Amino acid sequence: MSRLLPLLAFIALAILLFAGVRMNSGKDNSAIPSPLIGKPAPPLDRLPVLPTPQQRITPEQLKGRAFVLNVWGSWCVSCRVEHPVITDMAKSGIPVVGYNYKDPAEDARRWLDQFGNPFALIVQDEDGTAALDWGIYGAPETFVIDAKGIIRFKHIGPLTPEIVETSIRPIMQEVP
Amino acid sequence: MWPELGQVSLLLGLVLALLLSVLPLWGATKNQPALIQTAKPLAYTLLAAIALSYALLTWAFLQHDFSVAYVARNSNSLLPVLYQFSAVWGAHEGSLLLWVLTLCLWIAAVALFSRNLPGHVVARVLSVMGMVAFGFLAFTVFTSNPFERLLPAALEGHDLNPLLQDPGLIFHPPLLYIGYVGFSVAFAFAIAALIEGRLDSDYVRWARPWTNIAWAFLTVGIALGSFWAYYELGWGGWWFWDPVENASFMPWLVGAALLHSQATTEKRGSFSSWTLLLAIAAFSLSLLGTFLVRSGVLTSVHAFASDPERGMFILAFLSAVVGGSLALFAWRAPKEHGKPFNWQSRESLLLFNNLFLAAACAMVLLGTLYPLLAEALGLGKISVGPPYFGKLFLILMAPIVLLIPFGPLTRWQNEDLGNVARWLAPWLVLALVVAVIAYFRAPQHPFKSALAYFSGLWIFLGTARFVWQRFRQAKGRFTAEMSGMVLAHTGVAVFCFGALMAEGLSVEKDVAAKPGQRFEIGDYRFTFQGVRELPGPNFTAQRGDVLVSRGDRTIGLLHPEKRRYASGGSIMTEADMHGGITRDLYVALGEPLDDKGTWALRLHVKPFIRWIWIGALMMALGALLVTFDARFKHKVKAA
Amino acid sequence: MNRIWLALVFSIALLYCARAAAMEPVDYRSDAEEQRFRALAAELRCVMCQNQSIADSNAPIAHDLRQEVLRLMREGQNDAQIKQYLVERYTDFVLYEPPMKKSTWLLWAGPFLLLLVGAGAVVMVIRRKNAAPAAAPDENEEW
Repeated sequence: MSRLLPLLAFIALAILLFAGVRMNSGKDNSAIPSPLIGKPAPPLDRLPVLPTPQQRITPEQLKGRAFVLNVWGSWCVSCRVEHPVITDMAKSGIPVVGYNYKDPAEDARRWLDQFGNPFALIVQDEDGTAALDWGIYGAPETFVIDAKGIIRFKHIGPLTPEIVETSIRPIMQEVP
Repeated sequence: MWPELGQVSLLLGLVLALLLSVLPLWGATKNQPALIQTAKPLAYTLLAAIALSYALLTWAFLQHDFSVAYVARNSNSLLPVLYQFSAVWGAHEGSLLLWVLTLCLWIAAVALFSRNLPGHVVARVLSVMGMVAFGFLAFTVFTSNPFERLLPAALEGHDLNPLLQDPGLIFHPPLLYIGYVGFSVAFAFAIAALIEGRLDSDYVRWARPWTNIAWAFLTVGIALGSFWAYYELGWGGWWFWDPVENASFMPWLVGAALLHSQATTEKRGSFSSWTLLLAIAAFSLSLLGTFLVRSGVLTSVHAFASDPERGMFILAFLSAVVGGSLALFAWRAPKEHGKPFNWQSRESLLLFNNLFLAAACAMVLLGTLYPLLAEALGLGKISVGPPYFGKLFLILMAPIVLLIPFGPLTRWQNEDLGNVARWLAPWLVLALVVAVIAYFRAPQHPFKSALAYFSGLWIFLGTARFVWQRFRQAKGRFTAEMSGMVLAHTGVAVFCFGALMAEGLSVEKDVAAKPGQRFEIGDYRFTFQGVRELPGPNFTAQRGDVLVSRGDRTIGLLHPEKRRYASGGSIMTEADMHGGITRDLYVALGEPLDDKGTWALRLHVKPFIRWIWIGALMMALGALLVTFDARFKHKVKAA
Repeated sequence: MNRIWLALVFSIALLYCARAAAMEPVDYRSDAEEQRFRALAAELRCVMCQNQSIADSNAPIAHDLRQEVLRLMREGQNDAQIKQYLVERYTDFVLYEPPMKKSTWLLWAGPFLLLLVGAGAVVMVIRRKNAAPAAAPDENEEW
């Protein structure tokens, strides 16, 4: 009987590995789930606004409305990849606030000039300190904040139309 | 044309491997000498086909043939010639071909050096190895063809990852592969024994040198990888418990247990089932490692680009090989025989030794796979790193450190351990006293310092006590096996000392250095002299000058660099160091802090860190020395 | 498409995470502060590089996290509070050593359970093979 033990242990291992391969097909293995889902979004009204850095977002601009927060930077290659998806999403009526992360204002402006600006508003976090409160650690990352100001969804990595339709739009369409 | 020939050669190899898997095995089962005789010729032709294929891939690199997709992805025309050779195994497809080539070399070696073995045993062993070769060749041909064309051909190649453009990386993969592919010999042997239904001491005696050689190469391969990481990655670390590192370390641990188990089975006839199981386990872990590194199941900066389809293929292959062998084991493992032994005996000590080695291996496996398990069970994202592995490894290895000096002094079957303890007691006390002194004198991490001295001294003195006993009782006659053992165990002492001292007493400082500024760490003075620009073959470098001195003696001028590579623009930090037996002095360049020539600098003093690799080398040499023993020169009696 | 993204992630990770160590010199207020900072930084994971602490990683997020840790230290928070602060934002993942929780008890206890089981097996084997006390050691065994 004990001779069977190694085989049984191996079968258990093989099952785990099989599940592993299935789970990780095409997924970004390194994404961390957000602990902020269901919690109030950190304030955005302390950060300079692009292109007018003296200004700040006023509470009225965001109150009572659900919106998407997209973290991007001109240094971020994948952000270019997801740019068309963001643009389409914005055109379809979803307000997108841009969170320019660890980027000098000059570079950010140039990037927007080159690729187009889909953002209703943009805040600028050049040194990345405020981003820590959001649990941001790279770009692109995308948050969905509902009308009550609660973070409902976070996606790490470039957006795809599927993610927009299955995860973002339903939240945006909720009646407050 | 040449790449197509390479592909044809690969296919030919696939067919030959299939024939090798089937014909000799059938011949051995049905006792047909003609079929049994096909084993060796098939082994040699298989090697020829795969060697040709590999040579043609190398040729494609040397010719800068960017119409071959793999070459275009991993090389370009500026790449120095030496690295064009090593770029062949720089990524998945090529390294797989190297794996297969290594296996074919081992197969041919077994065919060549098995004159002392009965024909049907050789036939079975070669067939089993042929099966493994077939599986890997099928994997290569169907999912990872290195000869795939890129049409239209690229005008210029991408580049070999700059991290891999280094002499250490030329030797590390081949040595590593020779090691864990080499465990396939012990594995094939175990399967052959299970098929035949008996495990003679004679068979084990034949298998031992092969296992020792494989383990020695694996030791050197791992040590080289560690050393390379140390001097190349720029932050003075030498082991990171990265999943890919763990993938090579697990077979090493089990291999060490296997070596000891084989010795016991050969001499006493006991532990035959354990020996068989360990042989299967060692190679299974090698295969598992191959799977983990190439399937995308684990996150690692070290891993090859992943592909779930490939992952499934390897998993299927792994399941077939390991599942099959363990099923065979469950069905036909021989009944335990061999000479009985007492609680107090060398057999007993070796059993415990192997228990702790196996537990350590299981711990590494658990930690490496736990993130996957947690994800599968919905427990969230958990990551397991050095704080886990390091702690538990120390705990599980501690009993072995304590036991090592007892082993050689304890006789087989029946010993009075109290006696042995009395012989060793003074040395234990000495080691403890030195450890306590070290504890109070250590400027930091006193516990690690004390452990370093205790483990190093205890193992060294205990082993020396054995040497002294041989001089007294046997007029200083040492068999090669004993000498190898002494060397290897002393290597363990050296390693323990080095690792714990480097971990405990390393000092590092991050400074903002203006030209001419001096910094002190302990007795050493580092004088920053500035940075200038220097062109290289395929990069431009910012090269720093740091003078290191002690007292009024200049030790050397160090040149840390920051290189920007022409293709891809990636930036690499090349640290520079002054190595020594008692310490390494290590300097790395950070970023320029202003335009007046101030740079961020990282300075390290790392005591005894080279003992880590010296110890590993001693272990490997010890294992190799054992293979010269007279006992391995006898003819194996036919069944 | 997904494979390109994966390749990008890995190559970016390789670039950041395989580089030289943390390089910005810090003006420590005291040796004790330096020791505490280094110890704490070694216990927090760089969330981008996954298998490195923020002390060892050169990724931008590691730099930011180091600054944040120093700031919180100087504000008077103790180690546990600082860790809690970061866990709230980055999950337990940011702790380099997996905490002892329900989801990780198997990780920590597992090796010892296996050791116990193994020891039991070893004991059984030795018992079975136990020679009668009068058995003499084999005289022709040299080694």
